[in-house]
Amino acid sequence: MILAVNILLWLVVGVLAFLAALRGRVLFSDGAREGVWEFIRLLPRIGAGVVGSGFIAEALPKALVASWIGPGSGFIGVLIATLGGALTRGGPVVGFSIGAAALKSGAGAPQVIAYSTAWALYAIHRLVIWEVPMMPPRLVWLRAAVSLPLPFIAAAIAIVLGQP
Amino acid sequence: MALAAAAAIYWRDGREHFLAILGSGVALFGEMLPKVLAGCLIGAFVTLLLPRELVARWVGHESGFTGLAVAGFFGFLLPGGPITIYPVAGAFLTMGADTGAVVAFIISWTLCGYTRALVWELPFFGPDFVLWRIVEALPLPIVAGLLARIAMRAGLARIIAKP
Repeated sequence: MILAVNILLWLVVGVLAFLAALRGRVLFSDGAREGVWEFIRLLPRIGAGVVGSGFIAEALPKALVASWIGPGSGFIGVLIATLGGALTRGGPVVGFSIGAAALKSGAGAPQVIAYSTAWALYAIHRLVIWEVPMMPPRLVWLRAAVSLPLPFIAAAIAIVLGQP
Repeated sequence: MALAAAAAIYWRDGREHFLAILGSGVALFGEMLPKVLAGCLIGAFVTLLLPRELVARWVGHESGFTGLAVAGFFGFLLPGGPITIYPVAGAFLTMGADTGAVVAFIISWTLCGYTRALVWELPFFGPDFVLWRIVEALPLPIVAGLLARIAMRAGLARIIAKP
């Protein structure tokens, strides 16, 4: 599975690089350089997050996590996870490493889905820092309002589909 | 927070357990590196190859359910962080896209965007979980777009595009 994903991804990279090269060498080298730079910039953050989430998972009280947001916690668990996601401040490293740590220490998959969906959609600081300056404020509030039910819908679909 | 957790493990379970967790974390990280690099390169090339104006025109002219689906698809396709996405969404509005489509676009980018999934989610959750989550997230942009349209029609919100 992991090997197949790798091969597929690099095939896509190859095709895109080829298309860029057809349009000119400058475009190709620009793309390659930007991609590699982005990768180098991200490395330390992802490294800290991945290694850190292993430790956080070990440190979390498993019994507590399982009873609050475990697979048997149902709607209340989804609600708790959604609130937790809305209250989590910080970028992708923080949100995803907490989600992964919770999953490792016994949280249910639908609850983790609700958590990461809520974290991605509701983050207040992102709303204020990015969306309000760049878009009409009313659109931003409308976007936030229609996002409210989405973590619950995602968790409901997750429960219907079953575990991965 | 990660440091505090690491210190707590070291103190509670001893050095050997600490090193075991550190080792498995580093191994996982090393395994993910090629994917993260591939994700960064795909993002960079798509940004260069896909003209923004073209995207905006497609989303702006479509309407109805197709418009929502097209907007959701572009949210999935367009790479980049908040700095690139929100100006594009603003451009959609000025080019005549309806609010539902713009909402669907932003939510689709937030939940289904592949660069985000590849670069950030994959290292933490692994491919099975990420795929499963994205399948569940697929209908959400459309749902949100429809809700936004209903809210607009009911007069709960009015959007005036920036000149």
